[in-house]
Amino acid sequence: MSNVQKQKRANKSLPFFFKDEFKVSFTIILVSTILLISTFTFDIVPPILNRGIQPATFPKGLLLLIIGLTLIVFYLSIKKPWKIEKKLPKTFFLTLFSFILFVIVSKTLDFFLAISLLSIFVSYCWGERRLFYLILVSIIFPIIVFIFFETILGLRFPPGIITNIYYQV
Amino acid sequence: MENLSLMFAPLMSSKLMIVLVFGTLFGLILGVLPGLGPTTGGALILPFTMTLDPLSAIVLLTAIYCSATYGGAITAVLINTPGTPAAAATCLDGYPLAQKGEAGRALGMATVSSTIGGIFSVVVLVFFAPLLAQLAYEFGQPEYFALAIFGLTMLASIGEGSPIKNLIAGAFGILISTIGKDFMTSIERFTYGINELSEGIGFIPVVVGLFAISEMLTQSTLLDQVFKRVALKAVKLPSLLDYKKTWKTILRSSGIGSFIGVLPAEGGTVASLIGYSEAKRWSKNPEEFGKGSVEGIAGAEAANNAATGGAMVPTLALGIPGSATTAVILTGLIIHGVRPGPDLFREQPEFLYGIFGSMLIANILFFIFGFFGAKIFARITLVPNKLLWPMIFAVSVCGTYSLSQSMLDVWIMLFFGVIGFFMRRYGFSVVPVIIGLILGELVEGTLRQSLVIFEGNWLLFLTRPIVVTFFILSFIALIFPLLRKKKV
Repeated sequence: MSNVQKQKRANKSLPFFFKDEFKVSFTIILVSTILLISTFTFDIVPPILNRGIQPATFPKGLLLLIIGLTLIVFYLSIKKPWKIEKKLPKTFFLTLFSFILFVIVSKTLDFFLAISLLSIFVSYCWGERRLFYLILVSIIFPIIVFIFFETILGLRFPPGIITNIYYQV
Repeated sequence: MENLSLMFAPLMSSKLMIVLVFGTLFGLILGVLPGLGPTTGGALILPFTMTLDPLSAIVLLTAIYCSATYGGAITAVLINTPGTPAAAATCLDGYPLAQKGEAGRALGMATVSSTIGGIFSVVVLVFFAPLLAQLAYEFGQPEYFALAIFGLTMLASIGEGSPIKNLIAGAFGILISTIGKDFMTSIERFTYGINELSEGIGFIPVVVGLFAISEMLTQSTLLDQVFKRVALKAVKLPSLLDYKKTWKTILRSSGIGSFIGVLPAEGGTVASLIGYSEAKRWSKNPEEFGKGSVEGIAGAEAANNAATGGAMVPTLALGIPGSATTAVILTGLIIHGVRPGPDLFREQPEFLYGIFGSMLIANILFFIFGFFGAKIFARITLVPNKLLWPMIFAVSVCGTYSLSQSMLDVWIMLFFGVIGFFMRRYGFSVVPVIIGLILGELVEGTLRQSLVIFEGNWLLFLTRPIVVTFFILSFIALIFPLLRKKKV
């Protein structure tokens, strides 16, 4: 039995709430409903200032449209199930983790350091082992980009342990 | 006629010529790298255009658009992987022909037909954009509302993704445009006390996130892919026999591509697929298709490059993007303070004809670079993803930060990168989000102004013939893909 057939059989036996169709539709409807509820907290303008409709009406309409269309998508998926996606590989989760690492390091330590760390981490996780190339992507290239933005575009990067040294020099 | 002479202004300006040459070369590099392309590349270069004047900025973006669309063919022929989605149909015959040891002939045909298709579409652009703009002079707020609705319903028929999922993505894009202060009443919407969100979410963090960052995540799942590259000696111009065989196909596909390009929200991918299938339908040797037919290459390549000029028609004349890349170009126009539409044609003809002229020159430039440099550009595909994407990340982050020097923009970019990845994974195209984001303000603004004019009576929309026409077209646009799917 091929892997695809095995996967298809496995998917058929799954309860409906484990299937992609349900998970995706449920997430969209849940987020849309939360946003829809929050539109009721928008300020209401007096009729004289009201340009055609209240500011909350348009987003409300959009959210109802999204919910309605998602229900149709879910209904159609019962008749014709979605293509089964391959399991996400480890490299995907490592890349996603590198984004979190980037956010933490750039917020607490340094923006430049965060770019360097992400570059070396992603490059290594994706299979690069040669030291020169790891240095190229994590140090040499970010320095070029940094200097380019700083000098040509006149950009001032947020303060941090390395950026401060650069600006003091 | 005097405006036509303005088309050659870029040739007289050394600055514009440098921008054009750089844009064409950069576009070719983007085109040959699978995963990148004119849309992602345009999004990446958008922040850099802030250092340029508006004309140079748009010339740069359009040069990238034209040459990257062609560049995708190089990878399609040599490694059987389309450099851009628009080159997918080129793989069908380009790679088999290359495997027969005729890679030079395949690339020669792709280069010639892309150039002819591109130049044909610029002619269409020069003559049709002003006509469409003239028609748009008659438009009031209700007509613009109906037009924007038509543009959005066209999203339903975009090639990838299901029609309903595309509509959800489009509505999501419009919803993003409502974040921040309501532009009519200054009431805050979806800001949740974050001051930086009062001004709304910028185009660039969303565009870079949805295209570049989501592609980086996609590439992280494809690391085990191995490309087999066919050797290329040199690009060969098509023989007289090849010209005889393909001239009708090239002209037909150029017409098809330009027409498809003009339709709001369609683009090169759809154009090349239709161009290819029409080439097969009209061919005397349909059995050769899929086995290395030069007609197949010509049909796909002429159509996808012809869509570039066509897609610029609604973008410049109406402010409705004709494709994903023109949505990025439209973003470029907006951030440079240029509002496309009929007034642009009346007030800044030198700007518009400068764009037309530069697109014409870009088509000639990519012919030269492609013909003599395809071998070098093909080597770029050897840059491994494990080095390329961390570098693209560095440029994306700095570029996004540079616009308003706000870290919130960087977080938004990452957020949309993750959203974009999952959208693509589950069959939602990200293109409608961008088009929805761009058209959002137009849709809401014109709807509310129309309701003020109609004193709140929605039925009065139906008293305007142009509005009714657009509504009928919207209805057809919605129903057609569903019927087509049912038939399939």
